[in-house]
Amino acid sequence: MTSMNVYLDNSATTKVDPAVVEAMLPFFTERFGNPSSIHSKGVEAREAVEVARGQVARLINAKPSEIIFTSGGTEGDNLAIVGAVKAAHASDSSKNAVVCSNVEHPAVLNPCKDLAASGFSFFEAKVSASGILELAEAQKHISSKTALASIMLANNEVGTIQPVTAVAKLCHENGALMHTDAVQAVGKIPIDVKKLDVDLLSLASHKFHGPKGVGALYIREGVKIKPIFGGGGHERGLRSGTENVPGIVGLGKAAEIARENLSADIEKMGKLRDRLIDGLSVLPRAFLNGDRNQRLPNNVNYRFLGVEGEALITLLDEAGICASTGSACSSKKLRASHVLTALGLADWEAHGSLRLTLSRFTTKDEIDYALEQIPQAVNTLRRMSPVWAKLEAGEKIEDVKDGHVH
Amino acid sequence: MATYTEKVMEHFRNPKNMGDMPDSDGVGEVGNPSCGDVMKVFIKVKDGRIADIKFQTFGCVAAVATSSMVTELAKGKTLDDAMKLTRADVAESLGGLPPIKMHCSNLAADALHEAVKDYRKKTDEA
Repeated sequence: MTSMNVYLDNSATTKVDPAVVEAMLPFFTERFGNPSSIHSKGVEAREAVEVARGQVARLINAKPSEIIFTSGGTEGDNLAIVGAVKAAHASDSSKNAVVCSNVEHPAVLNPCKDLAASGFSFFEAKVSASGILELAEAQKHISSKTALASIMLANNEVGTIQPVTAVAKLCHENGALMHTDAVQAVGKIPIDVKKLDVDLLSLASHKFHGPKGVGALYIREGVKIKPIFGGGGHERGLRSGTENVPGIVGLGKAAEIARENLSADIEKMGKLRDRLIDGLSVLPRAFLNGDRNQRLPNNVNYRFLGVEGEALITLLDEAGICASTGSACSSKKLRASHVLTALGLADWEAHGSLRLTLSRFTTKDEIDYALEQIPQAVNTLRRMSPVWAKLEAGEKIEDVKDGHVH
Repeated sequence: MATYTEKVMEHFRNPKNMGDMPDSDGVGEVGNPSCGDVMKVFIKVKDGRIADIKFQTFGCVAAVATSSMVTELAKGKTLDDAMKLTRADVAESLGGLPPIKMHCSNLAADALHEAVKDYRKKTDEA
């Protein structure tokens, strides 16, 4: 097969749908008004923002008045967690605890840690080896003191879908609020805030073929949050700052397309995901990370023992394939992914993990090309790996937990 | 991903002296699989010089490239000169490494030194 360019890093970001770009363009140069202005330019911008609010609301079965626009997933998570915990604590000082899982995105983990540093109690519920938060584990941490629990709808690394509805029930029995980071789930599974029974849900446009720098936060009617930005009181006083009108229009259009195509996308991506998982399973000492069934239809995460992730990503990149890894060396951190180690993997195993994430634009030819190239790259690295040689000789690899100091 | 020099990429794509050496005179292994870096250097010594050298590496692009480079630098050198090769020499010969890679992934010189020490220990005992 000749060389191809194959983008399999759609959990990092997606290509903007050309129809989304087309919808956005007039809002840069013609309909550039500020939605807060009273004149006609302002009114047309306001109307466009409200159309988008309706499109986002329909995608998740919310009311338009329950949607506020943000700059993306990170802001939505921070506003939901910090804003709701502070509001809950202000009206009832016994509400002084926050709970999340140990596989949350840093946009959830870090605001929780910040709250802990400012005097709140913080509990991290541990997931099982397949990455699922068991209800009994959630029960250990959620109490009448809990102000809010934040459990992601689907994990960004291993695609595991969490039992959000059941945790929300537990929260409500304890008078706590429930937030879910749905950033990875939008456009990949049906999302209905009524069925999920969550109070807060954050999403990011660029994960489902919208532009970067814009997202939305669902805030259930009646739920109080404190703003985290001081300013002119935009978005019902909850998120000050002039609305990113082109971005919001793009988000709205992307939401509309995601809703219209959802069942077809799920079927198409699911089939290709299964083809990829089955194709990679023939490699020796290769294991799927995360749950096989409770999994996003676009996520594959494999670990290839004896191989280091950054080297693998680089070889694949040279073959035209964009993917990502749970390896420390891929980022500025020098630690293995906290998600993979939360699943019980040793650091050296986590280093050899490869994440391949599909989109509605992924084709069967692209998957077949990846299935041809990935085994070659894995074998190239295994041939030079002393860890692979030891595994082949039946030796045990020990994780040396003495930190990372040489 | 870190940005690498073309020299680093050349050595990563086509590593020199990669492989096992069952009849080596000295072996050095450094690193920690937890950090994602393990390097093994094998040497064959003749008349006080490194006559042949091979490496095996589990690690990132920088780990592979530094391993390959150290074998190139060490080949033919006297054992004393090989002991004088530093991590900085290896990084410099590759046109530099990203700052984050200077530490964990630049252990190839250490692996070489361990191999020389292993050889000397064996010959002292003999």
